[in-house]
Amino acid sequence: MDFTYDDEQQALREAVRGLLATAYADHEARRRTVADDPGFDRALWGRLAEMGVLGLPFSEADGGVGAGPVEIGIVCQELGRVLAPEPYLSGVVHAGGLVAAVGTAEQKAELLGRLSAGEVLLAAADTSPGDRWTSDADGVRASVADGTWTLDGVADPVMGGASADHLVVTAALPDGGTGVFVVDAAAASVTGYAAADLTRAATVRFEGSEATPLGEPGRDLSASIATISDLTRIMGANQALGVMQSQVRATTDYLKSRKQFGVTLNTFQALTFRAADMYVSLELAHSTVDWATMTIAGGDREVVADAADRVGLQVGRAARHIGQEAIQLHGGIGMTAEYAVGVGTAHLTVLEQWLGNAGHHLGRLSARVTDHELVDAV
Amino acid sequence: MQLELSPADAEFRSRMREIFTTKVPQEIRDTVLEGRHLTRDQIVEAQRTLNAEGLAVPHWPVEWGGQDWTELQRHLWHEEMQRAGVPIPLAFNASMIGPVIAHFGTQEQKERFLPATANLDIWWSQGFSEPDAGSDLASLRTSAVRDGDDWVVNGQKTWTTLGQHGDWIFTLVRTDPEVKKQAGISMLLIDMTTPGVEVRPIELIDGGHEVNEVWFSDVRVPGDLLVGDLNGGWTIAKFLLGNERVGVAPVGATKRALSALKSHAGALLDDPLVRARIAELENDLLALELTALRVVAHSSDGAPHPASSVLKLRGTELQQAVSELALDLAGPASLAARADDDSPQEGWARRAAPTYLNLRKASIYGGSNEIQRQIISRTILGL
Repeated sequence: MDFTYDDEQQALREAVRGLLATAYADHEARRRTVADDPGFDRALWGRLAEMGVLGLPFSEADGGVGAGPVEIGIVCQELGRVLAPEPYLSGVVHAGGLVAAVGTAEQKAELLGRLSAGEVLLAAADTSPGDRWTSDADGVRASVADGTWTLDGVADPVMGGASADHLVVTAALPDGGTGVFVVDAAAASVTGYAAADLTRAATVRFEGSEATPLGEPGRDLSASIATISDLTRIMGANQALGVMQSQVRATTDYLKSRKQFGVTLNTFQALTFRAADMYVSLELAHSTVDWATMTIAGGDREVVADAADRVGLQVGRAARHIGQEAIQLHGGIGMTAEYAVGVGTAHLTVLEQWLGNAGHHLGRLSARVTDHELVDAV
Repeated sequence: MQLELSPADAEFRSRMREIFTTKVPQEIRDTVLEGRHLTRDQIVEAQRTLNAEGLAVPHWPVEWGGQDWTELQRHLWHEEMQRAGVPIPLAFNASMIGPVIAHFGTQEQKERFLPATANLDIWWSQGFSEPDAGSDLASLRTSAVRDGDDWVVNGQKTWTTLGQHGDWIFTLVRTDPEVKKQAGISMLLIDMTTPGVEVRPIELIDGGHEVNEVWFSDVRVPGDLLVGDLNGGWTIAKFLLGNERVGVAPVGATKRALSALKSHAGALLDDPLVRARIAELENDLLALELTALRVVAHSSDGAPHPASSVLKLRGTELQQAVSELALDLAGPASLAARADDDSPQEGWARRAAPTYLNLRKASIYGGSNEIQRQIISRTILGL
């Protein structure tokens, strides 16, 4: 058991951090980027492709780099640190992950190579209005006639949907179960909007939209869909960790520099104790994120699903605590869009409600509480 | 980063499990696993059994019985010990004064005390807190005055846990009242059978007798029982308190207490609110255990990592939270705490209220949780 990064992983972290610093050296740059379409920096996306970051999750045979979950987690943490609005989690980890999990060899080579090269953007459409983090679709239905598949229904929210070239859609199959389809963005009606953190989402309406089934047509893929959602949750927790680390750092820096009543705020124990509690939440979340990321390599779906619930609960609680306290300890400046701390809380809020909030994960864990005597870390 | 145990560590773990479950008497282990009180003799017997296997003081220097283990191996040792219901080696000996003598003591002191401390031939008590020196330990007033080669000690210590069993007591005493308060403190080892030492019991809110006052009236202590430098006691105290902080984060024991509670809860487990409380506690304990593994608890020079404050702070909070859940599940049965043995109420439920009340101590001792927040905010966050 080992919680440390090796030299190559350290180098990856530094390279990604360095590249992101060129685009988002200060929060104002992020603010400008999300103010305009497409809501992220296409030039930066191209450089992430050149660096191999977009291909990290995919095998070399599929046109990727074939890295492990730890490496993907490192990238997500770094994106979180600077609140990067790039659709990495939605487009690469989630949508790309679905293609990699269920696509045929040809489909994977076709889509994932171009995704890794930054030539196409994908978005995962797996949620319809009224859905709450389920892996069986009911808001979008698939039909087949004369060997041609079409989709009908509404998906929303679709993270990164407005700039995607192809939508990776989960849809109810005619004979039961859930399939995964690729739809050209042009074959659907896509309406983009900004989420609470100003990253981009979309409403996608399908009306007889022509669709290509991924993998064997008509087969129920619910289990794979659930697993990719779990992987995305764990990577989302890595991204949230990066956000929270920045918030704790910004808050302690602020307490040391901001003066009121003629003294710096760290003079007041009422404030420093609350910062200490933020640090405790951060460290506990950090450990759980590292652990959950490491469970992926074992390849056991149930273990990963359990880890996703556990990290979802721990990080969900930490995100509320740290996100709220970061604003409170900053005071008014924490409420402003021009300051990263409060926007970080907005980003944590979006991650949480997109991927599954603490209550959802606690409910799932509660249902299983009598399945084991105790929970062992080792 | 890697989750699995290496083959060597897996082998280490099964060796620990084997020793703990075959060498330590079943009756002692059952007492621990059922949450009942151990007698002094049982604690001594368990520690001597471990010591004979070289497992009582693995974190000490190798020449004094330590094992050159990794942090992970120490964690596995600790976990397996608790899983098997083996009493943890007496903290006053194994975690507090032993490492201090090994680090600061003279060769003569090491030879005289360390083997007997590891084997619990000497039961040590702690003489730090005083009525007017709690969190502000450095304001202690118990005085030691030179008289020839000896020291003459006068004053009062308090909260001396299990002092009724103590053979010797390690004390912080004021040896120079003229200087800054931290600079005039020394550590003295005192034989508790010396004339002038008196132990008086303190009854606690759980009805138990766990802590004591220790009074010193003209107690004569030979000069060779001063540990480390004269007036260097504060450095030693910080070293010891840091180790205590690491020692009092009871993750494994709390995990097992929660597990036992699940087995007692019966039909209460049908209540979704109960299930949610258990699930949340299990998750918080997992996060804490992972943090203990991730954060190196001790740097190479034996001083504790500042993040050990996180372990103490959160570990005691969770320990208390599990005791609260036990109390809530026990309900009216908890009122029978002091009923006779033929009470119709179950043992775990009758222990629930005293345990809950007793564990309020956990966020106070070992450096109160407010002191831990101060350490985190100052040492780690630089505030």
